Amino acid sequence: MAELSTITYREAVAEGIAREMRRDPTVVCLGEDIGAAEGVFKTTVGLFAEFGPRRVWDTPISEQAIVGAAMGAAMTGLRPVAEIMFSDFLACCWDYLANEIPKVRYMTGGQVTVPLVVRTANGGGLGFGAQHSQAVENWAFTVPGLKIAAPSTPADVIGLMASAIRSDDPVVVFEHKGLFASKGPTAPPDHVVPLGEAAVPRPGEDVTIVALASTVPIALAAAETLATENISAEVVDLRCLVPLDIAAVLASVGRTSRLVIVEENPYQGGWGGTVASIVADEGFESLDAPIRRVAAACVPLPFADALEDQVIPSAATVADVVRRLAAY
Amino acid sequence: MTDLLALYTEMSIIRGTEKAAQDLFLAGLVKGTTHLAAGHEAVAVGASAALRPDDYVFATYRGHHHAIARGASPEACLAELMSRSTGLCKAKGGSMHLTYAEGNMLGSYAIVGSHLPMAAGAAWSAMLRGTGQIAVAFFGDGATNIGAFHEALNLAAVWRLPVVFVCENNLYMEYTPIGSVTAVANPAADRASAYALPAKVIDGNDVVVVHDEMAEAADRARTGGGPTVLEALTYRHFGHSRTDPAKYRPEDEVREWLARDPLLVARARLAALGVPESTVEEADAEAARIVAAAVSAAKAAPEADLGEALVDVWADGGAAWRN
Repeated sequence: MAELSTITYREAVAEGIAREMRRDPTVVCLGEDIGAAEGVFKTTVGLFAEFGPRRVWDTPISEQAIVGAAMGAAMTGLRPVAEIMFSDFLACCWDYLANEIPKVRYMTGGQVTVPLVVRTANGGGLGFGAQHSQAVENWAFTVPGLKIAAPSTPADVIGLMASAIRSDDPVVVFEHKGLFASKGPTAPPDHVVPLGEAAVPRPGEDVTIVALASTVPIALAAAETLATENISAEVVDLRCLVPLDIAAVLASVGRTSRLVIVEENPYQGGWGGTVASIVADEGFESLDAPIRRVAAACVPLPFADALEDQVIPSAATVADVVRRLAAY
Repeated sequence: MTDLLALYTEMSIIRGTEKAAQDLFLAGLVKGTTHLAAGHEAVAVGASAALRPDDYVFATYRGHHHAIARGASPEACLAELMSRSTGLCKAKGGSMHLTYAEGNMLGSYAIVGSHLPMAAGAAWSAMLRGTGQIAVAFFGDGATNIGAFHEALNLAAVWRLPVVFVCENNLYMEYTPIGSVTAVANPAADRASAYALPAKVIDGNDVVVVHDEMAEAADRARTGGGPTVLEALTYRHFGHSRTDPAKYRPEDEVREWLARDPLLVARARLAALGVPESTVEEADAEAARIVAAAVSAAKAAPEADLGEALVDVWADGGAAWRN
């Protein structure tokens, strides 16, 4: 098999959507500036040109209409892929993500399904200030009834997008703004990453570092540094928060007996709290040290790069926490 | 006009079901709350009669009449209110979320205004799939002051979607006169021009008027003419919800509207058509028999199936969020 070419995370988003649009005519896209303008983050490049205005729809700045219409369309035979430009804007249509989409199948006794994707650019690192930089995957994690994917590599973007669009359940896909320019091997044809399967991009023996999206490269960088100090860190990339592959975490902790969780969302209410509680409950016998969480500080994201760096977890912080835990 | 007597009978069934819901609540057999649609029957029955069976309907927490008008049985509706396993939503929805997907009645939503964008989306879906279906959103006057209403009207107008927005203006936003919290006289119809949509204020208590206006709006939607806003004037016979005695409504106003009860309006029309009084009374008796049978069956049905609590979050029937 020929060596796979490289692709950026940004290009992978459009590639992942395009692959699904080619195989299923019921997949349609809607969002602000996604058509001829090809997306403010250039994550829908080529879609309008290839699929035209009947499949790729520009919307007004109306987040409720975007997600609400996607819901109505999903209940009636389409597979809409709705873009919410910045994940901070999910708050503008939160009713649909908190009250409508995740509840409607359950509260109707299973009469309807909502096969839709809400994709959104999440997280910091680009200096966009408090209202365009927050990592909010924990918002979605509070709501039973939403599946949540947050890929860290271009190939996973493609593979998880395939699963998300094919899913008969609603899936929120958090694309990380700070990863858009990153590169990696593209995915082979028909590449599908099942929802709820973690990956282990770096095996290790001493400490498990659980990461998601942007914190995966941070964890890998920390592990690289620690390797020079003879500390062997295993990195688990959750890839999804729901379904949560806690078995992969428990298995890893079973080998390493130490756990560090690295989140970009704030410590307060972050998803790592749930991961930690399950490991404390079900993996207690495996642990030789307390569970540590490294998450964003509990403040809005500041503007200045230097300040933002203070708030968001860094490889140096993670390495330091792992170092101390390894010595515990 | 389709068979007016049949529409009358259906309204009578809805009225009887709503009264039964009230009685069952007072008897302690219905829990939570109810938002009864007694008085609103002509809107649901008239509109539904003008729709195709496969058109989509979205309603609010005051939605019993729409579920029944789209084919849900009074028994399944009452069983739902009574937390029975035979309920329309297996006792997982309750009064505020009656849904009858078999009749493309795709839900009753209790977050005000939330379903207008959904109806636009269903209309968008029908348009893209080329099915000729339309979607209808029924909502209260209170919904016209929430953002989702405005976002939905604009999107539907810009995309020229086959959707009809029907406001059931019963003059009160919960306990507050709608006029005292709205900048325009007709809360739905007067906003339509901001979105370049045709609109009409209609008599929501006359089933014939509602039918004819909906037929025209549906035809416009189905033939590519885009959305219409209908504002149907009507009146609640009960308070906003179970706990509301509606003392804030002036007695004269109540008397005036009760005299224009949609069933009385339809009876007058039937009389004018030469239908004998006895035939109408037979229709009422038939409706009463249907409702009484529904009440008995719902009462006799088993309580909610406990196995339902942890199923049907996901499409595969499960609820697992982790392995």
